[in-house]
Amino acid sequence: MSCNCGESKSLELQESFQELLKKYKGTRGALIPLLQEAQEIYGYLPKEAMQQISGTLNIPFSKTYGVVTFYSQFHLKPRGRNIIRVCQGTACHVRGATKVFDAVSKKIQVAKNETTKDLRYTLETVACLGACGLAPVMMVNEDTHGRLTADKAGGIIERYE
Amino acid sequence: MKDLMDKCCSKCFHTSEKPCRDYLACRLEGPLCHQDETCSRKRRDFINSIIIPQESKKREILICAGTGCASSGALGLLAKISEELETRGLSDSVGVKITGCHGFCEQGPLMIIEPSKTFYTQVQEEDVAEIVEKDLLGGELAEHLLYQDPITGERAATYEQVPFYARQKRLVLHNCGHINPEEISDYIANKGYLGVSKAVFELTPEQIIEDVKLSGLRGRGGAGFPTGLKWGFVHQAQGDKKYVVCNADEGDPGAFMDRSVLEGDPHAVLEGMMICGYAVGADEGYIYVRAEYPLAIKRLKIAIEQAEKYGILGNNIMDSGFNFSIKIKAGAGAFVCGEETALLTSIEGNRGMPRVRPPFPAQSGLWGKPTCLNNVETFANIPQIIRNGGSWYSSIGTENSKGTKIFALTGNVNNTGLVEVPMGISMRDIIFSIGGGIKNGKKFKAVQIGGPSGGCLPEEMLDLSVDYDSLNSAGAMMGSGGLVVMDETTCMVDVARYFLSFTQSESCGKCTPCREGTTRMLEILTRICDGQGKMEDIDTLERLARVVRSTSLCGLGQTCPNPIISTMRFFKDEYISHIRDRHCPAGACKALLEYRIISEKCRGCGMCIKVCPAEAISGEKKQPHVIDPAKCIKCGSCKEVCKFDSIVIA
Ligand SMILES: Cc1cc2nc3c(=O)[nH]c(=O)nc-3n(C[C@H](O)[C@H](O)[C@H](O)COP(=O)(O)O)c2cc1C
Ligand code: FES
Repeated sequence: MSCNCGESKSLELQESFQELLKKYKGTRGALIPLLQEAQEIYGYLPKEAMQQISGTLNIPFSKTYGVVTFYSQFHLKPRGRNIIRVCQGTACHVRGATKVFDAVSKKIQVAKNETTKDLRYTLETVACLGACGLAPVMMVNEDTHGRLTADKAGGIIERYE
Repeated sequence: MKDLMDKCCSKCFHTSEKPCRDYLACRLEGPLCHQDETCSRKRRDFINSIIIPQESKKREILICAGTGCASSGALGLLAKISEELETRGLSDSVGVKITGCHGFCEQGPLMIIEPSKTFYTQVQEEDVAEIVEKDLLGGELAEHLLYQDPITGERAATYEQVPFYARQKRLVLHNCGHINPEEISDYIANKGYLGVSKAVFELTPEQIIEDVKLSGLRGRGGAGFPTGLKWGFVHQAQGDKKYVVCNADEGDPGAFMDRSVLEGDPHAVLEGMMICGYAVGADEGYIYVRAEYPLAIKRLKIAIEQAEKYGILGNNIMDSGFNFSIKIKAGAGAFVCGEETALLTSIEGNRGMPRVRPPFPAQSGLWGKPTCLNNVETFANIPQIIRNGGSWYSSIGTENSKGTKIFALTGNVNNTGLVEVPMGISMRDIIFSIGGGIKNGKKFKAVQIGGPSGGCLPEEMLDLSVDYDSLNSAGAMMGSGGLVVMDETTCMVDVARYFLSFTQSESCGKCTPCREGTTRMLEILTRICDGQGKMEDIDTLERLARVVRSTSLCGLGQTCPNPIISTMRFFKDEYISHIRDRHCPAGACKALLEYRIISEKCRGCGMCIKVCPAEAISGEKKQPHVIDPAKCIKCGSCKEVCKFDSIVIA
């Protein structure tokens, strides 16, 4: 093994995670913010991280797991570099959101809540992004794109490497 | 002195540790503790640079940077304008600022020039040079960017002349789109925080609660519970510690007013919470915001930081002895967390499942302590009620629904966006006068109000007065205020199925009627949409709806049958067509559609053959084409490209 850059990266993540645990130790109601910030570090919630969180907060692992699986924001598997969230809210639904979703899904060849093999995209749906005036809408990472058509949506996702 | 918030000279001693009682009044009319012409001129100049007087030569460009306009390109526009003003040497006489949502998202990016109230729509980066040249330097209007009425073709020079705004009454939204939400001085120059200073210095908690009762304000989060009454309960509850919680979970798909208020005027929500805290005896507040609203969270953080920095939030606020702090909690994506007991248990770090009430949060809420929980819009109404008095507020609206309500007008309507109207206005006025009627000249079919807990109202109900009680008696509800307009191409059975699929997946599973009932009802509705329905399904649905409504644990289950009940009440014939004739009258349910080419109209141009992804269309050039129903996937692409209207849905 001549190259250990991957290792140092994971060490770095480990360090920020330990910082995080320290920050929240002993705080009431800290489980959800802790999970949220841990997910920001790792991109998802590895089992070991959840175990350490349970240990630090002194709560059973089953409870942590229960909370993680209750909220749609938490992920147990690694996700793509670009998160596509197609709105399925009412306003978007009546203006053709299903067609937009089908087009994106067909283009990148994955179904709802799946990730492409090259980890470039994860496709998700969301119930209303609060930009209903521009329906149909999708969000790629932090960017909101509105007034979509099946065609336009396909073009937009190509911009995200 | 660089800012309205700063000291005018060394005589001002206000800091957050050693606060001054007159701090706010001093910013507006000061200095109060000493006489000094230079100091008072400085203060006046700052106010005038925020609210530009009509006679001033200075101009200010306001660019909407709400989520809607930002996604239409507002931020690029901002950079371009600043650059252009710089090169033209106009930076001193023309200010630029970003604001929250103006409400008219359909026409974004929006730009306002004050003090002339000029209103430009759909402004692109290419238009910047023209605006600077013609308007700012030449004093003329850039005509083609003014809003054009789609019916009369007339242009409106100012926002006050645009029909979309002219019929509204913007109380809660009065600052949205006019102030910079990231600058506390903008809020204060517009009388911000005078409500809380009046509350803590001039009123007792009991007087505040009386005033809120007198105002007639009812909760804007859905159920419409009288706010003053709720505050009274928390005030009376025994406890050494109490909490104030703001519900900013806004889960109703199709509603975004809370988001716009938080993004456009975050201090108003903080001020409302502080007044509430003083009235009920709480010193700590939480705002529970959806994680899908990153911009709202960012603006709230900035607002809290600034208010703390100037001693408006924190310990011994303005030397009144009143302490109040506010924390933000980001939601983690679960609709049911909008329900108050679920929300509280989620803040505590648990699965967000509702529990039986009583005890109500007013007695036992966050960590078992008395808790006053209100919606964003409810809190945003409070500062004005305290400033202007409860009787002023109760002069607006109807007998039992006072004040104004913000609606998110969306769907198949010409002018989508946020509208704030007095209670009691008719639905027809909202959709046709403000909303400009139905898109693409289609026919109105129904309006959905109240989200997954609400109902669909047909044409006959359009003259209904929009208030809590009329809506309830029509089988809909105010809900959070989403208004989704549907035209003749929307299938009402599909709409019911859509809402049930939403509530089914969001049901937390704790109680059986909701968990199993939504699943069974969804199965039946899906079957009907797929053309597999049976006549007895209608009775079964009605019975299930009744049971789920009366036996579920929380509001989610109790109200989830409403979309079914109301569509069955007003659009039963559509259900019957789907079941008996295997036909979807709106042409929306894919399984029941058949695309056909009318051979007399078809010119054989071949466009449809080209776009069909399933190779289902065949025919010689210049000869009528045919669609093979076995291969057709009913995507509708052929109908969209046909120039001769020869493709029909049968
Ligand atoms: C399933 C469900 C979802 C709800 N979602 C919200 C919401 O997103 N925002 C909100 O303010 N209230 C929501 N409510 C209503 C709250 O339970 C509560 O009544 C309200 O926040 C009280 O504030 P108010 O009196 O100011 O309206 C929801 C209720 C239910 C049953
Ligand atoms: S319904 Fe899609 S953004 Fe609201």
